[in-house]
Amino acid sequence: MKSAPVISAQHLDIGYHTGREGVKRVHTNLDIKLYPGELTCLLGANGAGKSTLLRTLSGAQPPLSGSVCINGRPLKEIDRHTLSQTIGVVLTDKTAIGGLTVREVVALGRQPHTGFFGILSAHDKHIVDEALNACGIADKGTRYMASLSDGERQKVMIAKALAQECPIVLLDEPTAFLDIVSRIEVMSLLHRIATEHHRAILLSTHDIEQALVLSDRLWLLSREKGLSSGVTEDLILSGCLDTLFPHSDIHFDPLHGSYYPTVHRHKSVTVVCHDETLLHWAINLLNRNGYGATLDNTSPSHTILRIESRNLIHWQEGATTTTLHSFEELVQQIQRQ
Amino acid sequence: MNKKCNISYSTLLIAVLALLTTLLWIGNLFVGSVAIPAEEVINALTGEPCTKESWRYIIVESRIPQAITALLAGCSLAVAGLLLQTTFNNPLAGPSILGIDTGAALGVALVMLAGGSWIASSGISGFFATILGAFLGAVAVLAVILFFSTFVRNNLMLLIIGMMVGYLTSSLISLLNFFASANQVHAYTMWGMGNLGGVSLEQLPWYSAASVCGLLIAFLLAKPLNAMLLGARYAENLGVNIALTRNLLLLATGLLTATTTAFCGPITFIGLSVPHIARLLLRSSNHNTLLPVTMLCGAIVLLLCNMLSVLPGSHGIIPINAVTPLIGAPVIIYVIVNQKKINYFNG
Repeated sequence: MKSAPVISAQHLDIGYHTGREGVKRVHTNLDIKLYPGELTCLLGANGAGKSTLLRTLSGAQPPLSGSVCINGRPLKEIDRHTLSQTIGVVLTDKTAIGGLTVREVVALGRQPHTGFFGILSAHDKHIVDEALNACGIADKGTRYMASLSDGERQKVMIAKALAQECPIVLLDEPTAFLDIVSRIEVMSLLHRIATEHHRAILLSTHDIEQALVLSDRLWLLSREKGLSSGVTEDLILSGCLDTLFPHSDIHFDPLHGSYYPTVHRHKSVTVVCHDETLLHWAINLLNRNGYGATLDNTSPSHTILRIESRNLIHWQEGATTTTLHSFEELVQQIQRQ
Repeated sequence: MNKKCNISYSTLLIAVLALLTTLLWIGNLFVGSVAIPAEEVINALTGEPCTKESWRYIIVESRIPQAITALLAGCSLAVAGLLLQTTFNNPLAGPSILGIDTGAALGVALVMLAGGSWIASSGISGFFATILGAFLGAVAVLAVILFFSTFVRNNLMLLIIGMMVGYLTSSLISLLNFFASANQVHAYTMWGMGNLGGVSLEQLPWYSAASVCGLLIAFLLAKPLNAMLLGARYAENLGVNIALTRNLLLLATGLLTATTTAFCGPITFIGLSVPHIARLLLRSSNHNTLLPVTMLCGAIVLLLCNMLSVLPGSHGIIPINAVTPLIGAPVIIYVIVNQKKINYFNG
């Protein structure tokens, strides 16, 4: 049974008021549903309005028309205090927390729950411990923020949002500037939190490969087509991702879940290979060098590339067959043509 | 377990600083431009008869108010500096750099130079007019800087705007000086050199009340101040009422800077450098402990400066603004040179 959405909105217009009376509409007529227990990734080109949408949903910026509902209740009717216990955010803003310890920063997430002076109760400390554990940084509690790597810092900010105990967490590009290991760690962490802690997690990202692997649901945002959302695989297979970046030089390869530059083939070769990996990289090499590859043995292409292994490649052109011993030699062979 | 160590370290530090403050405060009673033997100082303090009546008078009417003023002014300016540094997320902000004490000075100048004979003739109302002038001047400059900070995101640019506002205010003061009478200019120039002896015993309760009020507001804001280390948007998400907090910070900083400036003249470098001394000693930016440590460090530094200023003995007193940079400027240079190694710079 499907849970009810925690954030919902119909006919939502988002954008800015610019100066006197001026309005810049970034998107109109958005229909939004964010579900608990799922990791949702918001994908789109730069300037597609991802940050504006996140700000509108977190209540930091009012919508131009329509209203955002949190658990069925209009966002603008929710008071500041309740809202701080409902939606937690992780931003890309500049901070000045280098002189605080990891534990102190995570404890800041308890502020919506503590009293006037922010004194932590035993319960608060327990929640902070749990958040540190969940994010795998329990051993770094006494470290200064300034001594952490970018990936570790991002985990601390996620732990802060977790300690805030909000059913909804919105993250603005949490994996930007992270290396591949940290990107995977952070995304897996977020997916685990969504599932195990039953939170609704929405993040914007440019890291499409990780999003396609770990995201339960995608929101595709583009200037031209607005917002399309759905379960990741549905969107991939329906070809929605190919139109996310309406650019003729880029196409989406649904087999490998990645974007590739469109190949301008002027020559063609038939490839015979029984190993999937070898085949994939052979085609990659051919495409990069201006060759289209066909797999059909019966086609009239007069050039045939037979790949036995990484070290044994036959380039058969008409009657002559050249035997090559590496992809480097294959490149040289192609360039000789 | 480490957490426990940390708490005991900050508690220990606060205790040591409090002890040092007390010792320096008492030390301030024993030194001055007039040499008074130690036993006579003790006699004056304990109410025993002194050898010279003038000595008793100097201790009670001059040294005690001056020592209390130095204590409060040190606390006030240091805490004001810390509030500004957190508000603007800029470790190099301070009342002098952002032109806030120049704003207070303009308010004082307007009252002293443009107010004319009315002020000079009326004792206590003139005194309140001076304070009000300073407060309005300081808050006006702060409001201008806060206004710019809403769209000038670059910290360095904001500092430069603060300096420009300071220059503008200074040039207004110069213009006022140009058109004022020689007596007024002399009075204003004396005030501008900075003098911790400017608060009389009768004025002291007013000054103390204003400072304590400002310090109290600062301490009540410790929780939102910690949230604001994350930046305004994070703080807002944690339930902090940004507009209210900013206004209260404006009020507290204005109160602390303006009253001190009105009574003692613009005292430089305390607001800028003491929060750094405090963070380096405490090794934390957590306002729960940083606020008291900053306050005590401010008191210690200014009490020390006040003792140094009377070193020439019978030759007179060095203006306090000639002493504070001796401690303040090296701290700032040290901090800037070592900023890569200092935690709180690498936020």
